[in-house]
Amino acid sequence: MGKIIDMINAAVLAGTPLLFGTLGEILTEKSGNLNLGVEGMMFMGGVSGFAAAYLYNISAAQQTSGLIAVIFAILGAFAAGALGALIYSFLTVTLRANQNVTGLTLTIFGTGFGNFFGEHMAISSPGGFAAVDNTVKAAFGAVDIPVLSKIPYIGKLLFSYNFMVYLSVFTALLLAWFFYRTRYGLNLRAVGENPATADAAGINVTRYKYIATTIGGGICGLGGMYVVMVTCSGVWVHNSISGLGWIAVALVIFAAWDPYRALIGSLLFGGLSIMRLYVQLGIPMQIYDMLPFVGTVIVLILTSVRQSRQRSQPKSCGTNYFREER
Amino acid sequence: MASHLTSRREPLVRMVKRDSIGRGKITLVRVLAVLGALITGALLITALGFNPVAVYSDMIKGSLGGATGRIETIRLAIPLLITSLAISLAFKMRFWNIGAEGQILVGAMAASYFALFQAENLPRPALIAVMALPAVFHAKWGTNETLFTLMLNYIALRFLGYLENDPWKDPNLRGFPKIAMFSNAAKLPKVFDVHIGWIVALVLVFLVYIYLSRSKHGYEISVVGESTRTAKYAGMSVAKIIMRTMFISGAMAGLVGFIQVSGADYTLTETTAGGTGFTAITVAWLSKLNPVIMMFVSFAIAVLEKGSNKIQTTFKIPASAAEVLTGIILFFMLGCEFFINYKLIFRGRKGRVHG
Repeated sequence: MGKIIDMINAAVLAGTPLLFGTLGEILTEKSGNLNLGVEGMMFMGGVSGFAAAYLYNISAAQQTSGLIAVIFAILGAFAAGALGALIYSFLTVTLRANQNVTGLTLTIFGTGFGNFFGEHMAISSPGGFAAVDNTVKAAFGAVDIPVLSKIPYIGKLLFSYNFMVYLSVFTALLLAWFFYRTRYGLNLRAVGENPATADAAGINVTRYKYIATTIGGGICGLGGMYVVMVTCSGVWVHNSISGLGWIAVALVIFAAWDPYRALIGSLLFGGLSIMRLYVQLGIPMQIYDMLPFVGTVIVLILTSVRQSRQRSQPKSCGTNYFREER
Repeated sequence: MASHLTSRREPLVRMVKRDSIGRGKITLVRVLAVLGALITGALLITALGFNPVAVYSDMIKGSLGGATGRIETIRLAIPLLITSLAISLAFKMRFWNIGAEGQILVGAMAASYFALFQAENLPRPALIAVMALPAVFHAKWGTNETLFTLMLNYIALRFLGYLENDPWKDPNLRGFPKIAMFSNAAKLPKVFDVHIGWIVALVLVFLVYIYLSRSKHGYEISVVGESTRTAKYAGMSVAKIIMRTMFISGAMAGLVGFIQVSGADYTLTETTAGGTGFTAITVAWLSKLNPVIMMFVSFAIAVLEKGSNKIQTTFKIPASAAEVLTGIILFFMLGCEFFINYKLIFRGRKGRVHG
């Protein structure tokens, strides 16, 4: 029992960056923009969130407050992810560039951006590597809720995570509420399904696409920040995102563009990536590490084989909307 | 929502599709875009506290200045060129093959097998059909090929890690597991100080050019790229064309793997592909999928990469600067297409053309 709970615990922690990435991309795709730059935006968010907390940490030194570091990290990560998405929106929505290629470029750019500034910080720091101190690390550690965290099993299962985990779940619920319960959400879905009709109904297609994509990018950025601050415990590691953004893009398909299912998907894939530590299958480590990727391939094949109309990509995804060429 | 109905003035800027545009003007727009990208890069360098002129000239000096630098630059350009040729075949079909990285690794693994265990035979180009796999699924069910090919990258990388740690580990080596160096029989010969990969690359440029623009297959590829419906209507078997083209594309990327391990590195490591598969996407797109232009673009990107290594040693600027600069250049190139296809008309100024 204890071991299973440990495993679920680890799966949640490993699945959280995936959840952020998936949610950000769901919001983006709902507007009809297929942004393949999730990996890049996660890198940008990761390095900027880290930089914000790290630079604050250095300047405040002994007076560092965990809370302020957290706020800096969140703002930095969100802003950088949003900036990446804004470049993407400008190129695809305003300048009508190809969505696939623009997204791939964003990945190349963002990966370079992350590694470049990450290494730059490492080179400029006295020890040769950039890391935050223990106060900041503790702020990203597990929360201790009085009473609740002490309940046997349940406490560990539900009330023992860092605040980012709760933030990601809250984001999922918020997005679901937005898509299914608000008029703006309905408008956004209309834009993604059929921009011409939405346009005719008086919805400002360009504005919806810009805002949804930019906020989506910001959410992806938070996922990147999680990887650096929590998974790598506040140290910049070269190439730290290494494919998580791409799994997130695939998880969007697995989740059928639904925030609730994104919760399940990221938990499942988080589980696949940590299973090696808990379940011995007697296969070499590297083969075991393939699991999330093999799982993604299987999901891709299965979802494409049994295509269902309700659970499919927003219709206009991947194509730009030109009002003049309706 | 209805507020805009009250004002019915002419919008500030209108976009109109151009009927035609002169070649000179197209070149001008593109040159301006590259300049814009370089200036943006210069701003970034300045922001970090370096002199952009010194950094740029050091890049050029490091990549083109001496004979060693030039040879190194050409060696970087070879895999880039062949990979972008491979990718362009798929991209022309609108099949987003971003798995070249994995295809290179698989080719490299197959070549290494021959080099390590069949040393008396020269390693043959490994024509590996892994890439036929996503194509089969894409053709049959429309499985998302972008993600499929991408996942295979990671799977190939993990598999290589496994080979390196266990079955193919160099038994004579203690410490960090590595694969042994190839014997001399398995190394590619050199012509003019660079391994013969450059000749292969140039021959392939010619072949791909002919294949795409002069053969029936090439015609079919462009029809599928424009519209699969038209292709079906014309009686083409879209599934067959996709699978055939992806097979060629994957095999060419595999060839890169072979050239890299037996021409450049003489062993197989996890960095054998080293991002070539991704950078090649940039090259292919910047060249408008034209094989001849690809020669120049891949050389330019190689200059950028080699130059970035140089500035890392001179100025301690991280080598990832190459990726950042490539990204910026590509952003500008993607954006400038708009000004080639459309013209902006400002309110009140009749017919003023911008860009």
